[in-house]
Amino acid sequence: MTESAPQTLQRRAIALVSGGLDSMLAVKVMQEQGIHVEGVNFFTGFCVEGHTHAIRKKDKDKNKRNNALWVAEQLGIKLHIVDISEEYKDVVLNPKHGYGANLNPCLDCKIFMVNKATLMLNKARELAGEKGFDFIITGEVVGQRPKSQRKETMPIISRESGADDRLLRPLSAKNLPETLPEREGWVDRGQLHDFSGRNRKPQMALAKRFGLDDFAQPAGGCCFLTDESYSRKLADLWQARNERRYELDDIMLLKVGRHIRPAPHYKLIISREEGENRFLEGYRYQFTSITTSSCPGPLALIDGKLASDDELRQAAAIVARYSKGRTDDEVVVEVRDPGGVVRQLPVRPATPDQVSPEWMV
Amino acid sequence: MSHHELDARRLLCPMPVIKTQNQVNALRQGDTLTVICTDPGALNDIPAWCRINGHTVLETREEGHEVRVTLEIGEPSIAL
Repeated sequence: MTESAPQTLQRRAIALVSGGLDSMLAVKVMQEQGIHVEGVNFFTGFCVEGHTHAIRKKDKDKNKRNNALWVAEQLGIKLHIVDISEEYKDVVLNPKHGYGANLNPCLDCKIFMVNKATLMLNKARELAGEKGFDFIITGEVVGQRPKSQRKETMPIISRESGADDRLLRPLSAKNLPETLPEREGWVDRGQLHDFSGRNRKPQMALAKRFGLDDFAQPAGGCCFLTDESYSRKLADLWQARNERRYELDDIMLLKVGRHIRPAPHYKLIISREEGENRFLEGYRYQFTSITTSSCPGPLALIDGKLASDDELRQAAAIVARYSKGRTDDEVVVEVRDPGGVVRQLPVRPATPDQVSPEWMV
Repeated sequence: MSHHELDARRLLCPMPVIKTQNQVNALRQGDTLTVICTDPGALNDIPAWCRINGHTVLETREEGHEVRVTLEIGEPSIAL
């Protein structure tokens, strides 16, 4: 008896979906070839996503959609969102391949995510056999990102993630060695692409061909760690604590407010508008906070311990400087400890020259 | 068939969706789940997640600063 080859078996791929255009196109290219695709999206804690817009009131009119979910819906694919924020700390703190221009461990990050997808693929294969998945795709393009998407880093990602030749990059496949799905004839290499470099024109043309006209294209990708000012705040946090570690709350707070460090042992996180005010309010049970009671003003959290009453007065004066009473002779502030004990304190708002530019984190 | 409730208050997007997804994976087809959130983004994201994963949104409701989304669990997918 000859074994009949399961020619009709629909091959299945897991796609890393960030919510940006490239992963969207990579999925489309696979769907065009009849591949069943499901998406996976990883939450690292550093994602520039819905909640950042949800916090800031001025961004209220911007769509608050989660881009990965939105993309999945446009593509008609299932999406699995995975919280990797805890395990991801090791990627940020100890990147084997180092950082990019800021604290972005892009290469280690990509290896980590593809590895996660590989483990998922193996698990699904174990649980569901042929209903599991056959390979992984990403929207990576050779030469597009200086740290991770270079010709020489592509094989490193394949190898170190453990995906090996089960990792296919449909947008750049023709610039890379043949992978398992191409060799096995599950996908036609001839119909894959040879995009390279930072020029986005080929992606735009392909998007047009697929009729896609609404997509997110954040500069530096979808991660706060590629942002210079965010990375500076994270480095400041480590320096102030004398150790490189963080909790999820820390990295959320770095996305919000004005951060001012008048002394190495404490900093103020001052809200800039109503949305941030409401967000910071949720932290009043963890931090001592300052608000102005004699006039409208911001909410500030004190991260660290104040050494004296003089320091408290200095902190209060700085907060008053960002209130409506900044030009008044006196503003009354309310200092509230995490236990809810409140103390009123009249202060003279700090003048601009009393808030050193060097304190701005 | 049973009804369940998930408290996702004070979590920011996408955590309410992730919690919903993990809870749904532990339930059976036909069960219902009400997710209570304070992130207004959940009002878009949880229904979107339901649509793409084959679950039915029965009701979305805003109560003060809270958002309540009730859904019925559809056919199970491979839990990755």
